[in-house]
Amino acid sequence: MKKRIPLSFTRFWAIVIKEFIQMRRDRLTFGMIVGIPVVQLMLFGFAINGDPKHLPTALLLADSSQQGRSILSALKNSDYFSFVREVHSEAEGEAILAQGEVQFVVTIPENFSRTLLRGEKPVILVEADATDPSATGNAIASLRTVITTALQHDLTGPLAFLAGSDGPVNLRVHARYNPEGISQYNIVPGLMGVVLTMTMVMITGLAITRERERGTMENLLSMPTRPLEVLLGKIIPYIFVGYIQVSLILVAARFIFHVPMVGSIPLLLLSASVFIAANLAMGITFSTLAKNQLQAVQMTFFFFLPSLLLSGFMFPFRGMPDWAQVIGEVLPLTHFLRIIRGILLKGNGIEEVILQLWQIMLFATVVLAIGVKRYRRTLD
Amino acid sequence: MINNFAIDVRGMTKRFGEHTVVNGINLQVRRGEVYGFLGPNGSGKTTFIRMLCGLLAADAGEGTCLDFDVIRESEAIKRQVGYMTQRFSFYEDLSIAENLDFVARMYAVGDRREAVRDSIERLGLAGRQKQLAGELSGGWKQRLALAACLIHKPQLLLLDEPTAGVDPKARRDFWEQIHELAAQGLTFLITTHYMDEAERCDRLAYLSYGNLLTSGTAAEVIAGAQLATWSVSGPDLQGAARLLRETPGVRQAVAFGTSLHVSGTDAAGLERAITPYRREPYTVQQIHPGLEDVFIHLMESSKDNFAP
Repeated sequence: MKKRIPLSFTRFWAIVIKEFIQMRRDRLTFGMIVGIPVVQLMLFGFAINGDPKHLPTALLLADSSQQGRSILSALKNSDYFSFVREVHSEAEGEAILAQGEVQFVVTIPENFSRTLLRGEKPVILVEADATDPSATGNAIASLRTVITTALQHDLTGPLAFLAGSDGPVNLRVHARYNPEGISQYNIVPGLMGVVLTMTMVMITGLAITRERERGTMENLLSMPTRPLEVLLGKIIPYIFVGYIQVSLILVAARFIFHVPMVGSIPLLLLSASVFIAANLAMGITFSTLAKNQLQAVQMTFFFFLPSLLLSGFMFPFRGMPDWAQVIGEVLPLTHFLRIIRGILLKGNGIEEVILQLWQIMLFATVVLAIGVKRYRRTLD
Repeated sequence: MINNFAIDVRGMTKRFGEHTVVNGINLQVRRGEVYGFLGPNGSGKTTFIRMLCGLLAADAGEGTCLDFDVIRESEAIKRQVGYMTQRFSFYEDLSIAENLDFVARMYAVGDRREAVRDSIERLGLAGRQKQLAGELSGGWKQRLALAACLIHKPQLLLLDEPTAGVDPKARRDFWEQIHELAAQGLTFLITTHYMDEAERCDRLAYLSYGNLLTSGTAAEVIAGAQLATWSVSGPDLQGAARLLRETPGVRQAVAFGTSLHVSGTDAAGLERAITPYRREPYTVQQIHPGLEDVFIHLMESSKDNFAP
């Protein structure tokens, strides 16, 4: 049997000291160690709200009676709804719901007032974008109260009997795009975006730092090559890798989770290529900023965290405070989630998709430009 | 007008922060010459070479490299230069053939396949072309690196310590190859720490703390140092060396195998210093100083002049 060397406090302490020195030398790592909990606290503590309020709502007012206007002003004043516009036709309401401009379209039908006063309980139609079931639940629940309260002011005196015990109106809620409120329908397509963000940023994040760490960068730089050749050359192969992930998730979504696929799959694949390229560009830019592979991984994580939390993947986008929504709007994942949910669940076409897609393209262009600028053509 | 010099630069300077790593170096290397670049670690050899091929931006300096402006036309220079880095810098997870193919594509070599095949054959790498570069021994890695540097038929090769960690046989083969290529008109700038390699160079330059201390043929460099050297052998040379170093007239006393090389610039003073050893059991003898004596001398005296 081998003779075992007894544990030595000196040796143990030597390692402790060395680790502290190395930690001090790598400022970025240390910054991340402090920064990540701060960011997480901010995001979880302030940005995330499982009970979103002020959801954008459109009203189709086909009956311009006193009662109709009461409902309108009640909606304006309620916590859950934020009245953004009035629409004048069903088609218009349909369109802005598909684009995701509003969460709800409330329709007050023709002859609403007359029907109401006849005591026939008119129907108020509420169309809700239920792609994310958690975003709409509480709002719908509160809607009945809002309307009943609003009408109470009008239904006084001789009309008081109309208020009745189960309310003066029939509220008919159409949970559009995901009528059963199945959360997988929302999460599984979203997961495609999340997985792509994580892996694509990481993969190219390592691309340049790896060359630098292995010493091959010196060789590469001594050859006649331009930054864009190197950066694009490193991005393109991984678009194929991204497509493998896209295919895997789509197949699983279809056959395991039975996610509806209403829209055009080719359009989805096309949008995915832009999204993948944006993430690869982000990664390669991190790679030009990071000193080593560890830093590149940390930067990836630093990018991934807000993407995950502020894009509307984990929590309803509209539940977040304005500042968080502004950050969210910058992130490619936010727009890709809208695209993929839009195509698969709403059957969105190119017109709706392009509204989100150009923002991803803009992100990719800006980020790649930074990367090209930061790419050091010398070893300085 | 075609310049006779492959490298013709003046005042090349590089600073990293406060630290001047290359301090106003002038260098002329003729076409077809094998030029040795010597100096201790950290003397600025690698930095100088990197500035020549545009890997580092020079803080000052001017001149030409292969008739291209060394500051402004580094893209053009890169196309005509082969640079072999000190550390193996090809892809260890690519095979020999894949590495060569990559380099050939990067330089847009015409008839790439043939160029790669030729290069593999010429360097005797045939049969191993599918082996991963990372699995190669030091000597083979060096061969591969040289082959890769030659694939685009450069006019100038910058080799940074090409034979570090390579066995003597491989080193000899390597130098034979260098001289063959030089005979075909290629120019070489080679850094090395080995004296036998320095002696194989047509001309030499010696750097210390970023300053060029001397240059010329080996004979010129030795003559220029005006060094007198005596060889002392006998018992306890370590003790003798210690005493001699304290003696006026002695600049250095360095052990060379079983004898001590005692050198100084003041020949008479040195002879006086050596006198106590002209007796049994010592044997003393005046010798011609070698390159190594001269370089150690240069290194020691530059320490006094430039050390921070």
